Amino acid sequence: MQNQRIVIVGAGHAAVQLVASLRQEGHAGEILLVGDEPGLPYQRPPLSKGFMKDGDADRLALRPASFYEKNAITRLDGVRVTAVDRAERVLTTADGERIGYDQLVLATGARNVRPPIEGADHASVVELRTLAHAEDIRKRLARARRAIVVGGGFIGLEFAAMAEAAGVATVVLEAGARLMARAVSPAISERFLSLHRAAGTTIRLDAAAARIEAPGGGAPDRVTLADGEVLEGDVVLVATGVRPNVELAQAAGLAVDNGIVVDGQLATADPAISAIGDCASVPGPLGTHMRLESVQAATDQARHLARRLQHGASEAFEAVPWFWSDQGDAKLQIAGLTTAADAWQPVGEDVVIGLRSGRLISVETINQPGPHMAARKLLAAAEPVSAAELAAADWDLRALAKERQGAAGPARPEAARTAP
Amino acid sequence: MTKIVYVATDGSRTEVEARDGDSVMRTALANDVEGIVGECGGSMMCATCHVIVDEAWAEKVGPRSDGEEDLLDGAATEPRPTSRLSCQITVRPELDGLVVHLPEAQM
Repeated sequence: MQNQRIVIVGAGHAAVQLVASLRQEGHAGEILLVGDEPGLPYQRPPLSKGFMKDGDADRLALRPASFYEKNAITRLDGVRVTAVDRAERVLTTADGERIGYDQLVLATGARNVRPPIEGADHASVVELRTLAHAEDIRKRLARARRAIVVGGGFIGLEFAAMAEAAGVATVVLEAGARLMARAVSPAISERFLSLHRAAGTTIRLDAAAARIEAPGGGAPDRVTLADGEVLEGDVVLVATGVRPNVELAQAAGLAVDNGIVVDGQLATADPAISAIGDCASVPGPLGTHMRLESVQAATDQARHLARRLQHGASEAFEAVPWFWSDQGDAKLQIAGLTTAADAWQPVGEDVVIGLRSGRLISVETINQPGPHMAARKLLAAAEPVSAAELAAADWDLRALAKERQGAAGPARPEAARTAP
Repeated sequence: MTKIVYVATDGSRTEVEARDGDSVMRTALANDVEGIVGECGGSMMCATCHVIVDEAWAEKVGPRSDGEEDLLDGAATEPRPTSRLSCQITVRPELDGLVVHLPEAQM
């Protein structure tokens, strides 16, 4: 595949890691990076965190312009791809331009869901996914006294923590019974509920927004709840999750099921087309396909795909998922698959260990980087960690990780095996 | 501009001009220095920007920040006494000529 032309649609974390890894793996052929946003590819996580505070867009760039020049990456920004002709191996852009490929990688990401709430698509209602959104929100917040957030997930809560800290009285409306229910254990939901309330944020659970009105002309926006109560705010953020950008793949006849379906090699049924990142539905550790919206999944998949494109198929993609969320002073870190747990073991207030069929499957920590790092090592180990083993170690993840490392002998297990 | 020197495990040196105020991690990424990943973007959430500060510079660079110890403990390469997360070292004029050694692995 040495001199193949590789075209990547999308320019987020997955895409940029892929181009970097392709060159590191020795790919000498052409690489085109086609993104629909303007400017240099940037990091998304800080948009709802540090960027809200400092507004420094320069620090967001994943790599400087010189990186793309030095590595001979052709970067097309502000270009939207509208169709894939698989027979001809040609893309068509919104401007009618045609781009040929030998290998196509779809890293099209996801976009925010607009929930079925009357008025949620009003131009005055803000959403947060792109740098443009974040810049708009910063401007609006500077003049705001009250903010309303529809959705108690990661983005909504990170935003709420920033807004509240900036002196904007913030109300979070969560339609479900607990915060971040899609991704964390009940104990962690509960803990963050207290942390946000202690910081002054108003959190309303089981509070479904029914209608959003933005009369304009200096009048506040209004959110009407399902029970008829009306709240007023100067900024209304709708943050109710994302859905994968699969339209291009779907129109090209590729399988789509909550994401672009790929195999363990991250390939679609078309050997010339792969998919990575938020848009890709990848075989997971539980034997089902899953989509992971995280920097880690994006970059680990990118590295795996770069190796396959350059050196051919090897073992199937496998990586311990991990994720983080900064909410005020609380750094939440998640290792493994919390949603797959069938039992939870809290260890103090800031660590929750998830078990599935009596084996370690996830660890959630708050401001506990040591146990988080230990959890990642334990979850990556070939030998699963049993609940009995954890209990014997008094649920101390660090001690157990050290003990197991000690038992394996020196840092390199293969060396240990060949030693007399 | 402040000069930072990255030394790979094979002894090869990469000298770059860094912007004061940037971290030693961002400087490496900006200059395409292989061997520093910086997966979490400098949020102190991973340990993929591990460097070993050259002994001669250890004092000037200063001690580890809060929480850095725990992350280094989980780094892919066993930390050494002068190991730091390079996202936590801010480039400043008195670090002109700083030498950091890259570990065998970051992940």
